Order: sequence, then C-alpha cells, then structure tokens
Amino acid sequence: MPHIPLPEHLPGITGLLEYSRVTAEPIRQLTQFILRGENSLTPAERELIATIVSHNNECRFCTAAHTAAADLLLGETETCEIMKQDIDAAPVSSKMKALLKIAKQVQVSGKAVTAESIANAEAEGATDVEIHDTVLIAGLFCLYNRYVDGMATVAPADPQFYTGLGQRLVDHGYNRLTNGYDHLKKQN
Amino acid sequence: MAHIALPDESLPGIVGLFNFRPETAGPLQLLAETLLRGESPLTSGERELIAAHVSYLNNCHFCHTSHASAAMAHLGCDLSLIDDIKQGFQVIEVSPKLRALLNIAAKVQKSGKEVTDADVAAARAEGAADKEIHDTVLIAAAFCMFNRYVDGLGTWAPQDNEAYREMGQRMAFTGYVRYPIKQDAIEA
Repeated sequence: MPHIPLPEHLPGITGLLEYSRVTAEPIRQLTQFILRGENSLTPAERELIATIVSHNNECRFCTAAHTAAADLLLGETETCEIMKQDIDAAPVSSKMKALLKIAKQVQVSGKAVTAESIANAEAEGATDVEIHDTVLIAGLFCLYNRYVDGMATVAPADPQFYTGLGQRLVDHGYNRLTNGYDHLKKQN
Repeated sequence: MAHIALPDESLPGIVGLFNFRPETAGPLQLLAETLLRGESPLTSGERELIAAHVSYLNNCHFCHTSHASAAMAHLGCDLSLIDDIKQGFQVIEVSPKLRALLNIAAKVQKSGKEVTDADVAAARAEGAADKEIHDTVLIAAAFCMFNRYVDGLGTWAPQDNEAYREMGQRMAFTGYVRYPIKQDAIEA
C-alpha cells in the first residue's frame, strides 16, 4: 500500500504525477525533451537507458513500463531482455554499449563514472551531447525509481497494463494529456 | 576538468552544465525552484536541509555545500554550520518532525525500497502529513538525480565553504530560475 493515499486506478508514477501536478510539470518537461526531443540518439536508444537504470534500481513499475516502450519502438523484445543480463551481448551499436555502461555507473553513483568509460564512449563515436544526455537520463531515472518505490506505489502484476502504458508513451510521450489518466478508470 | 567540453570551464558544478545544455537547464531549474521555493508545508530552510543532507550522503561536494549555504541563508545561520550537516545536525536546531523526515530522505538516498512503513509512521507521529512525506521523498529523489548529474559529468567544485556564501544567498532569495522558461509549456 502506498505511504500516502493515492487513487486506486493510478498505479506507479501515474498517481504521483496527478497527486502533485505542480512538481510533475518540470519533471514531465524534462522527460519529454530528454527522451523524445530532437537528438542523435533514437527514442528507442534513450528508452534502453531508462530501462537499464530502472532494472538496476530494481524498480518493477519503471522497468516494466520502459521495457514495454523500448520493445514497441524496436519492434522486438530481445534487445531489452539480453541487455539486462549482459550489455555486451545486446544487439546494439558499440557506441550504445559504451553509453549503457556509463548509465549503469551513474545508477551506482555520479562518482562511479570513470574517465575510462567516458574515453571508451568517445572512441566509439559518442558526442559530448550524447554523453551528457546519457548521464542526465540515468540521473532522471534514479529520481523516478526512488519516487515510485520511496512512496511504495503499486506495481500492477498484469503484463497487459504495461503494454498499454508503453503504447501511450510511444504515441503521446510524457506530457500530461488533457484528460489525465481517465482512460485507466475503465480498465478497473 | 569535466568529462565533456563545457563552453565555460570557469562555471562550477551544475552551472556549467546549465550553460552547456539550455534545453534541459530550463526544466531542471524550474524543478529546483518548485521543490525548494514553491508551495509546501515545509519551509524553504527545512527543504534545503533535506537537499543538503542527501547531497552530503551522495558525496556531492558542490550540491551539499551550495544547498547547505542556501539553508544557512534561510535560517539565518553562520556558514560554519555547513559542517554540522555532516555531523548529523548536532548544533542546528532540528524539530523532531524534520529529524524523522531527514531519516526518510536518507533511506531514499540508498534506495526507494529502503523507506519502511515504520519510517513513515514515525514521521506521522511527529506531525508530518501526506504532503510533507511526499515532498521529502521527492526532494530526496531529485537530489539523487542532481548529484549524479553534477558528479557523473565530472564538474569541478570550489572546496572552501566561503566560496558558497553568495551562491547560497542567491539560491535562497533570488531563486533557481535563471533562463527564460517557455511559459506555454506550463499549465495554468
């Protein structure tokens, strides 16, 4: 049960973003830009960064939601599955492997990022903006994961829920829709 | 030197990163402004202490010292008290409620899953309501992002507490929004 009363039809982050819309606004703006804005990294690649960090933070809700979004954007489920076990074995570019390893270090601590892992990403062709955005996405998901689990929000067991949420993230991104999450009420 | 080439290497900590990527600076500044100076049942001084405490636990010198300096400005304390945050608040007057909330923030710093029902019950017993618990968890989570952003990109930070005096005054009384924010993106 969540640590504060939240609407039952709004599990995970969704209830928190509706509970406190004033603080949700800059978080949504940041997420929309960093995951969907113009970038040399594709939305799928950026969702992979969100997924690996959420997975390593053991945040069930965020891992399932962003895995679903990445799977839909990639059109397959293998990449996420393999990446969670072994970044080097994942069918992604050498540059992405290097960036995912930086994200993994950020998950541990900002101080855990080594000059070596940065040099490796640069050697694989990563730009300064790509390295910057990787670190910020990883940092942002350390926020989300702690927010979601620190408030003990509910993570639905039904995989269908995350497919639906992932589709919403693919279709509409991270801005608040005018009707909020009213469509979720029908499912419950 | 930072891990990426910043346009102005003389700017410390997050300030150099704001200058590097104005697109993300906008929402990040608005988030800090909303969390630390926006409406909340907690005073700005209390919220800055939470931010400084989490930053200290994350070993982020820039964020710890700058937010401690902002807290001192709000509370009208001398900068020498910055180090008291490291000692677990032996000199700074901390109410039992704030102490219970600082305990929750310290749990969030480790992982969202560390926050127990007992931690929340202890804060409620000292008079903390839903919004105070929510704001504490979100501030702590947000500083787990800010700290990783600042250190993950290897920014530099002045060592001496005195170097943060003016910065803290500005953070406390002028606020965090220094770049023009697109108003149309903000809901009324």
